[in-house]
Amino acid sequence: MARMKLRKLEEYLQGVDGFEKPKILLEQYPTPSHIASCMLFDIQSKYDDLENKLVADLGSGSGMLSIGAFLLGAQFTVGFELDSDAIEIFRNNVADMELPAIDCVQCDVIRDLTIDSWDNVFDTVVMNPPFGTKHNAGMDMRFLESAVRLSNQSIYSLHKTSTRDYISKKTKEWSVTGEVVAKLRYNIDSLYKFHKKSSVDIEVDFWKFDSSNKNI
Amino acid sequence: MKLITYNFLTSKCIRGVKVGYPLKLKIVQKEVVQTDFNPEFITRLLPRLDYPTVHMAAELVDCAEGVPKELGENYAADQDLLQKLHHILLEIDIIEGQLECPETGRIFPITQGIPNMLLNEDEV
Repeated sequence: MARMKLRKLEEYLQGVDGFEKPKILLEQYPTPSHIASCMLFDIQSKYDDLENKLVADLGSGSGMLSIGAFLLGAQFTVGFELDSDAIEIFRNNVADMELPAIDCVQCDVIRDLTIDSWDNVFDTVVMNPPFGTKHNAGMDMRFLESAVRLSNQSIYSLHKTSTRDYISKKTKEWSVTGEVVAKLRYNIDSLYKFHKKSSVDIEVDFWKFDSSNKNI
Repeated sequence: MKLITYNFLTSKCIRGVKVGYPLKLKIVQKEVVQTDFNPEFITRLLPRLDYPTVHMAAELVDCAEGVPKELGENYAADQDLLQKLHHILLEIDIIEGQLECPETGRIFPITQGIPNMLLNEDEV
């Protein structure tokens, strides 16, 4: 059961500012508010994994998923983000909406979160990691590894459909179970939203992982 | 930065640092926010926290009255205590200040509520 209607959630999330100048190297695609709201609404209404939970948002960017998690009743959310410009936008978004139960920590999700201090802390991890293309090869899996360490229960994440088999194999090695709960088309070039040919749709899987029996 | 977040931060990523915990917290400016009290949440959270550091932080923000130095076994039934811990952990927001590595003295600034834990390449 979700405390807010999907339409209302999406309305709020449309008010969340995105990146001013997305950085290619960090693969900063903002999570579209429509995708973020559908994803979060499912996490709460189908799996009851936000309300009253301690939630982490890895690579939190402008804070779209952190803010949405709060709106659906997360008790406390911590966003982890590397980039100072993204953090500035996150800070403004959280301040504008006067949200008291969201923190942000500036750190390297890959390097700083694979030490043990945050291990098993979070009930739920949500993330829209870099897809791990070109310069960032493998980055998506390294984010997932951090997520598995941090969580004690559920992880929700977006990954390119083309990586599905690899993710299944890798998560099995960590004794983490996972399933694709939705398939979506992700328009990564919203700057060109009025020019259909210039925007690229990529096929993305919405994954749900259970890390409660993990071995990592 | 709320004190729940503070409780998990370490400087262990610095090369040569063994424990890096707890970081020394210096508060320049703090605010009090209001969040919904959920006793079950606090009860579930407490075993994941380092309790001596919770108490130390409580003293630092002048909220340690009625908060025991050591957590007894029946804390889940003590609504007053859970309420106090809720306030300490989730409602005190450190806006400006710093965190200091106990082993190297490296400073991590807290600016407009966000701690910057990033290290330079030559520190890791």
